[in-house]
Amino acid sequence: MSLKLGVPSKGRLMDKTFAWFAKRGIDLSRTGSDREYAGRVDGIGNMTLVLLSAGEIPRELAAGRINLGVTGTDLVHEKLPLWEQQVEQIAPMGFGQADLILAVPRAWVDVDTLGDLDATAAAFRATHGHRLRIATKYHRLVRDFLIEAGVADYTLVDSQGATEGTVKNETAEAIADITSTGETLRANHLKILTDGMVLRSQATLWRSRVAACKGDDRKTLNEFLDRIAL
Amino acid sequence: MADRETVLLKAADLRAQFEAAGARGVEAAILQPAETLLDLYGEDIRARAYVTTDALRGEQMLRPDFTVPVVQMHMSDGAEPARYTYSGEVFRRQEHDPDRPNEFIQVGYEVFDRADPARADAEVFALISRALGDLPITASTGDIGILMAAVQGLKTDERRKQALMRHIWRPRRFRALLERFGGQRSVSEARAALLAGTGPVETDAPLIGKRTQAEIAARIDALRADHAAPRISETELSALETLLTIRETLPFALEHLRDVAVDLPSIGPALDRLEARIGALAARGVDVDHLDFEASYGRTSMEYYDGFVFGFYRQGRPDLPPLATGGRYDALTRYLGDGAEIPAVGGILRPGLILDLQESLS
Repeated sequence: MSLKLGVPSKGRLMDKTFAWFAKRGIDLSRTGSDREYAGRVDGIGNMTLVLLSAGEIPRELAAGRINLGVTGTDLVHEKLPLWEQQVEQIAPMGFGQADLILAVPRAWVDVDTLGDLDATAAAFRATHGHRLRIATKYHRLVRDFLIEAGVADYTLVDSQGATEGTVKNETAEAIADITSTGETLRANHLKILTDGMVLRSQATLWRSRVAACKGDDRKTLNEFLDRIAL
Repeated sequence: MADRETVLLKAADLRAQFEAAGARGVEAAILQPAETLLDLYGEDIRARAYVTTDALRGEQMLRPDFTVPVVQMHMSDGAEPARYTYSGEVFRRQEHDPDRPNEFIQVGYEVFDRADPARADAEVFALISRALGDLPITASTGDIGILMAAVQGLKTDERRKQALMRHIWRPRRFRALLERFGGQRSVSEARAALLAGTGPVETDAPLIGKRTQAEIAARIDALRADHAAPRISETELSALETLLTIRETLPFALEHLRDVAVDLPSIGPALDRLEARIGALAARGVDVDHLDFEASYGRTSMEYYDGFVFGFYRQGRPDLPPLATGGRYDALTRYLGDGAEIPAVGGILRPGLILDLQESLS
């Protein structure tokens, strides 16, 4: 056995993850061709690198198939109910910042807060005969947030991509999506509600509370955690 | 935990008790059309019920309770008065507490009767109380109708009353609205400018989406009108505040509510109904002098109830799911009745929890 570390398999997230570990004396690298998701760990013994899509890492942690994993707070919170019981947050990594926010058309000059959204939803439903639609792929997070805030008369519609475009296309009236700079929102004539921050997310190193970790693996984990702390 | 066979036996026994009390046994489909439930509860129901779909019938829900299908059945072809009983599984998503089952047996008793609502309330409560026998339990009761009457009687405009009524079951939003209507909330600079202005609000943003300029203008008018309207008075606000915190045994609660009615006279008729209910409960042999009444009871979990509400809990463990709950839901019959309506009250028992409690005692 060896300690398994799952990291995002491509893009900027992978590069920044590699750089973050390199700074701490742990060298991660992909091996073989660009298409082959295999990797190696140097600088610390008894560890295996598992390259995965960031979206799959929460599930792999919860299933105990990897001991450690790098993925966004948003994905862990959305995909793992009672996530605290399944994974432990080891370290926020300071990149991949993204906020899950609620946004409405900027032309809605009468809507700034969740209270406004709620009142607007009631009027919208009375006028149009259907509930105000909020496009998102973060159903659980957004629903829990809106229940907590006491917003009614809305419905979530699924949008797995180009969510900012749904309002213009009239398949939704508002959106809940990840934004890092807000540029896409502005380009799509949307604005964030003042109290519409559902979750602040960034790339984070997690430890599975479920995965087996005994003997040598335990030693490796301790050594790994020591390194990270530097 | 009691095994399924034992639970089913207990359920059959409870259902037989209700049949002996005059109820007709009824069934309901496990798959319910999601549309009705979604219209009733909104998106919140998705957090609590399992939804599935098929290409022909669209979204279906695994029955989260029997009340809605039983009301639908009664409203479409029920004779009056009617008493029904049923037993079977209900399904609830449990995303926040893995120890709570997502499938359990309920046995229910529902009364549709115009004659004497107080007596029907007492009948349901007493039958369920009797079915629980001498288990170490405590009952909580409340009455959503009193709060509704208080809101309806506020000296303010219809729009505000409607907004408050809409959020009777969402205490946080309800409070936020009250604070706003009472002038106790500060507003942002942008909002202050909007409220102070006249005519449309300038913006360089193009209008996108289905909500029209007319709708935006109408809401701005409504916001300005609301801003100009007199505040809800301190007297009414504090009376409402007092009302919401009342938590005493029934006779004392009634007395206390009568004091509140000096400032909120509109709750008078609702208090007369409470008094009649206390009499009817006592006539049924319920020890009303030691029965708890909480004015806010049932505000967070029981959305269709609009009058009497109750729940039975294991003594000293109000944190555990109740062994039995119920209440009055006149408005639901109106909502599902397509123009028709009838006073209705009912309750459910959870035989699994009853058996677990019995087991833990022996």
